[in-house]
Amino acid sequence: MAEKEGNGEDGAVAEIEKKIIEAFEVFDHECNKTVDVREIGSIVRSLGCFPTEAELHELLAKVEEEEEPTGYIHLEKFLPVMTKVLLDRSYRPIPEDVLLHAFEALDENKCGYLTKDELVKYMTEEGEPFTEEEMEEMLSSALDPETNTVLYRDYISMMIVDEPEDLPQ
Amino acid sequence: MEHIVTDMGCNASIDDRAESKSEKAIKAAVLIQKWYRSTRARLEISRRYSLTIFQSIEYADEQDQAQLASFFTFMLERYADPDAVADASISPSVSHQADSYLTEYENIEVPDSYCGPRLSFPLTLADANALLHAFKDGQLLHAHYVLQLLCETRRVLKEKPNINLVSVSYSKEITVCGDLHGNLDDLFLIFYKNGLPSEKKPYVFNGDFVDRGRNSMEILIILFAFLLIYPNDVHLNRGNHEDYVINLRYGFSSEVLNKYKVHGKVILYLLQDVFSWLPLATIINKKVLIVHGGISNTTDLDFLNLLERNKLKSLMRPPKPEADREEQAKEGTPAARPSTCAANEHVTRKTRGVSSSGSTELSRPNSQSGPTLKEWKQVLDILWSDPRKQNGCVPNKRRGGGCYFGPDTTARLLERYNLKMLIRSHEFKREGYELTHGGKVITIFSASNYYEEGSNRGAYIRLNPDLIPHFVQYQVRECTDKQNYWERVKTIERSALQTLREKIFAHRSTLTEAFAKYDCNNTGKISVSDWAAAMESVLCLELPWRTLQFHLVKTDTDGKVDYMSCFHNMEIAQSTEEVQPALVETLCKYRKDLEIIFNIMDEDQSGLISFDEFRKTWRIFSSHLGIDAYDASIDKLAQSIDYNKDDYIDFSEFLEAFHVVHKRDKKPT
Repeated sequence: MAEKEGNGEDGAVAEIEKKIIEAFEVFDHECNKTVDVREIGSIVRSLGCFPTEAELHELLAKVEEEEEPTGYIHLEKFLPVMTKVLLDRSYRPIPEDVLLHAFEALDENKCGYLTKDELVKYMTEEGEPFTEEEMEEMLSSALDPETNTVLYRDYISMMIVDEPEDLPQ
Repeated sequence: MEHIVTDMGCNASIDDRAESKSEKAIKAAVLIQKWYRSTRARLEISRRYSLTIFQSIEYADEQDQAQLASFFTFMLERYADPDAVADASISPSVSHQADSYLTEYENIEVPDSYCGPRLSFPLTLADANALLHAFKDGQLLHAHYVLQLLCETRRVLKEKPNINLVSVSYSKEITVCGDLHGNLDDLFLIFYKNGLPSEKKPYVFNGDFVDRGRNSMEILIILFAFLLIYPNDVHLNRGNHEDYVINLRYGFSSEVLNKYKVHGKVILYLLQDVFSWLPLATIINKKVLIVHGGISNTTDLDFLNLLERNKLKSLMRPPKPEADREEQAKEGTPAARPSTCAANEHVTRKTRGVSSSGSTELSRPNSQSGPTLKEWKQVLDILWSDPRKQNGCVPNKRRGGGCYFGPDTTARLLERYNLKMLIRSHEFKREGYELTHGGKVITIFSASNYYEEGSNRGAYIRLNPDLIPHFVQYQVRECTDKQNYWERVKTIERSALQTLREKIFAHRSTLTEAFAKYDCNNTGKISVSDWAAAMESVLCLELPWRTLQFHLVKTDTDGKVDYMSCFHNMEIAQSTEEVQPALVETLCKYRKDLEIIFNIMDEDQSGLISFDEFRKTWRIFSSHLGIDAYDASIDKLAQSIDYNKDDYIDFSEFLEAFHVVHKRDKKPT
């Protein structure tokens, strides 16, 4: 990868590529510039993107274009696709208020919380359903054990991490 | 999901609302799911880089340690001077003959008031149980019994060859445990899950019993006791931490000196010898090789089996040049030369003027010739090497000793000696174990929560008669699930980042210089690329800097890094502003080493040393490191610490003053 120093787009693209390579390397156990295809979701998300599962599949299709899926993804294929994603600012993070409205939309009675059963039902039956493992994990931090409910406002505040999302541009 | 059946034409408006309501719900669900998955992924990556941070810093420390080893040698030998403070290993009341230490315990009386275990030799299972029970209650074994135990252990270990050949009969399984590092709870957990060692339940403990954890002494006592009771069924391998120079830095020496204020030094001295008698390897049924670190492309098991292992008291001190020259004359150019360059360089660079003294024992001047360079290198490789994915065998730069060995090295060795696999430890593994080199190399790590509560599991291997490994994992939980997964990862992350920030602070002046080089116009800002490059070049930690950026430094909207901001959120506990910042930084950086030196000087472990001794030590220390001895500043600093007696300073308070404290970040509500 030729290093481009300098201002403007060239420098910004080089910076983005370096960031992607860093994230990729965290998952590259063999140190041979490939990762297990099942880790692509984690890599994309760790770079600050919030794709749906469907969007991830689209992305993978672009990466694996014209090739037999081998179960492994090469950095050289991944890099240009991911760079474009970041430059286009696709799969933007979800603002806190939008997230709140989403929970409120599920809270039919507007009581400020969801029961465990309600949350489980929505998360495992609707949209892009959670696996059992994902559901359990979410409950472990979302569920208030005393009331057996999800106080979603509190949950959101706890989970929202302060991280600036802007990349050099 | 309920569907509302529409009647033809009627109730259209109700249907619309209902439809959009369920549509809304689906959209909401998708949003929450994608938000959760992304948040979860970011948590996962922060967990991974937290562990990477811990590991990198640990290895960098080990490298430093290799470099400072000669300095500690110098310190110890200097203080062997009778006029100065007595040196660490020899208590003034004990004679200088090595063998007399062995029966020293006979002169130690056990008072009637002592209610801990009273061992009777030869040991029986009852004694072992008494020990286990006592240690669970937090009791200490009396020094008399510790020394007696060490004496007997030495006798038993001496009989064993360097490479222990173990036969496991068809009906038995053998259990292999890795690093324990003073985590007594892990040992208890292993015994609880797997059973105590016995003729029916043989065990191999693969080194690194001590350092870092709080109960290294108790672990040794238990392992040695079982060794004495079942000498044919309990097998101990030496690890790189069974080395008194390493112990000075990583906590074991302090632990012993603190627990045994009167006899600690004798115990440590005896342990030097006992450690050197630990076998270097174990081979099970001629098929499974078990060593603590690994191998290199020059590993010669026959040679290893023949050398005098007890000559290598510490691997941190390469042998005398004379011995090397002798060896060279005998064998021609030793093949070992290229790979030892790295370690040797470090040593000679730091000694400047002080001869790189190769003497391996403090109390046995020239009774025997020391180990040769080849012997030293062979053992170093066995105890320090790490496997890697790529082929080839290269010096282990991360650790400063041993090699990185590739799958081809493994294959060659296994073939040469007709072995099936290699079991080793030495490396932290999140799951407690890991297979590599196509399953031919197993790493087994038995210290759970090694870096931090929740950082990792421990594991042990049960090898069945067909030598198929079965892994059992565990994790000690201090408080049952008080924290959920999210909170646990956040704790680990905070701890890792704090460790990293301390490291950054300790290198403040070098970093500032490096940043300034990129900042030609003195704007206080540089590009992310330059910042990452500077961080890596100074700290040499190979961390994902861009990923960590937000936690370490402020970035403005056009992507430039305010590089000095990484020093802003730290402060020194006591006000030391009037002192040179460089001095403060040095004290932070070498806090641990200073602590060790002071421990050596503080004979009665009272925590107090005289002003003069303090100044003297500081002068030696700083001259060795090549920094200016700020006498006046040191005096000023020392005086600013509260000390009750005239002319004495409480040096632990002094050191506390240089503990880097982090300003509490205000949590946004």
